[in-house]
Amino acid sequence: MRLSGDPVPLLLPPDAPRSEIFRVRRELGLDRTLPVQYGVFLVNALRGDFGRSIHFREPAFAVVRGYLGATAELGLTAFLLAAFVAVPVGLLSAVKRNSAIDHIAMGVALVGQSAPTFFLGILFILLLSLKADLFPTGGRGDWTHLALPALTLGAFAMASIARLTRSAVLEVLRADYIRTARAKGVAEWRVVVKHTLKNAALPIVTITGLQLGTLLGGAVVTETVFAWPGIGRLAIQSIYNRDYPIVQCAVFLSAIVFIVINFVIDLLYGVLDPRARP
Amino acid sequence: MRMTVGAPSSLLRPPTESSGLAAPAPKSRRAARLATMGLAFVLVLGGVAVAAPWLAPHDPTRQALRERLTRPTLEAADGRARFLGTDHLGRDVLSRVIYGARVSLVVGVAAVMVGGALGATLGIAAGFRGGLADSVIMTLADAQLAFPFILLAIGIIAVLGPSFPTLIVVIGLSGWVTYARLLRSQVLGLRSREFVEAIHALGGSVGRVVACHILPNVLSSLVVVATLELARAIVLEATLSFLGLGVQPPTPSWGGMIHEGREYLDTAWWISTFPGLVLMLTSIVVSRTGDWLRDLLDPTLRGE
Repeated sequence: MRLSGDPVPLLLPPDAPRSEIFRVRRELGLDRTLPVQYGVFLVNALRGDFGRSIHFREPAFAVVRGYLGATAELGLTAFLLAAFVAVPVGLLSAVKRNSAIDHIAMGVALVGQSAPTFFLGILFILLLSLKADLFPTGGRGDWTHLALPALTLGAFAMASIARLTRSAVLEVLRADYIRTARAKGVAEWRVVVKHTLKNAALPIVTITGLQLGTLLGGAVVTETVFAWPGIGRLAIQSIYNRDYPIVQCAVFLSAIVFIVINFVIDLLYGVLDPRARP
Repeated sequence: MRMTVGAPSSLLRPPTESSGLAAPAPKSRRAARLATMGLAFVLVLGGVAVAAPWLAPHDPTRQALRERLTRPTLEAADGRARFLGTDHLGRDVLSRVIYGARVSLVVGVAAVMVGGALGATLGIAAGFRGGLADSVIMTLADAQLAFPFILLAIGIIAVLGPSFPTLIVVIGLSGWVTYARLLRSQVLGLRSREFVEAIHALGGSVGRVVACHILPNVLSSLVVVATLELARAIVLEATLSFLGLGVQPPTPSWGGMIHEGREYLDTAWWISTFPGLVLMLTSIVVSRTGDWLRDLLDPTLRGE
């Protein structure tokens, strides 16, 4: 991260004397060797100190924390939207297999899974903001500001979850215990909701959790498209500003969030599937 | 952790329901037909990329400020119409889309080859050496899958500066894990088989085992993975170019064009929309072709 160039000339006027450049460099700790700089970074990061932002002249962690809320809001909305739309759609698709609903839903899901996130965002802006004038084109505010970015960010997750739910449910519907349940006269909706969905939950939870992680990466692109003031956009802008402490802090926090999510999913396995308990 | 984090999305595709008693023949015939159509599309796109200088009606980088933001039209002013309009510098959008296919395919194919070569080498090494090398390589793979790659790509490109080779290497790096896993599992399955030991006993090298017995076995799986990876590489290139970290102007690339047109969405929707639609179509067709090839060549690859 620090190899990309010297931030000091960007900070000082072009006619600054060399002695001034060296002074600022020493102040920022950039005159030390790279392994030393990395060691200092690690030790400080563990104490929650990511250094001072070169651009904002504030502690990096404080700056990033200020943007965290916006990303959390966007990410969680996108995730809930994806999960609460995709699971019922996938279930319906599986139960009404080969019907028109199934074909349409899976067709849309396929497009959603293959379409590049950023172009989806552009299309939404073009069609729903500029042509239809239903939503603002960017920025953060009330729920109308949130709708398009959340839909864009959630599209891929939604498509993946819907497809996997469908196949997981189909798999379970073939099982013997479903036939038994039907044979003993259990109502069809009970078969679907109680016997099927419960048994299909494991793969659905897995992919849903995985998608929560990919949302973090997608946030970088979506926030840039919609000018959403979150850490993804902050990271991109900080790269342009060569503001390393901010980039390091943002990436570090994303990694931690990702690890925590994976850990929670592993724990959920034990709750959902007694066989997976140690 | 390995199981939960694993699976790149392309391989996580759910198994399409096996039709039980029904004969699989009509389904695979359909897959074959669709896969052929998908490959034809890729070939046509490749042809367009190669023949760009002859197909493009205008010079893709020539600016004509007097004709800037021309609407798409069928009327020819000077004998050659601006079918898809012009951008904010008066450059012909159709010509730029045609030239953009070059960037997408060159970067995409090169990245797939880099990723494939690296992944295959590491996978074979992990499988044959076992022990520490295996643990290190597979832990590295898990670590990479556990992290949103776009952040890593942005970081690397920010360090090295955007250029064609950097772009190819970074996108290639993003895809090595799938190949490594495929080859490692294949090697593990074959390593202790008697004929492999016989080759060793007769003085055959590891290279011979790999070239004559392992690669032929995984060839069809490799083709499937490479096709799915190609779709991903093309989209990743466009995404990075869109963020300003990929192909630099004035070289026309689809992602870069979408970025340039973004500021003019209100007045000149065509600048972003046409390259975007072509990109979306390419991505969908290529990844579907991968799925069909998988149904056709290697049903065992489905799901995890």
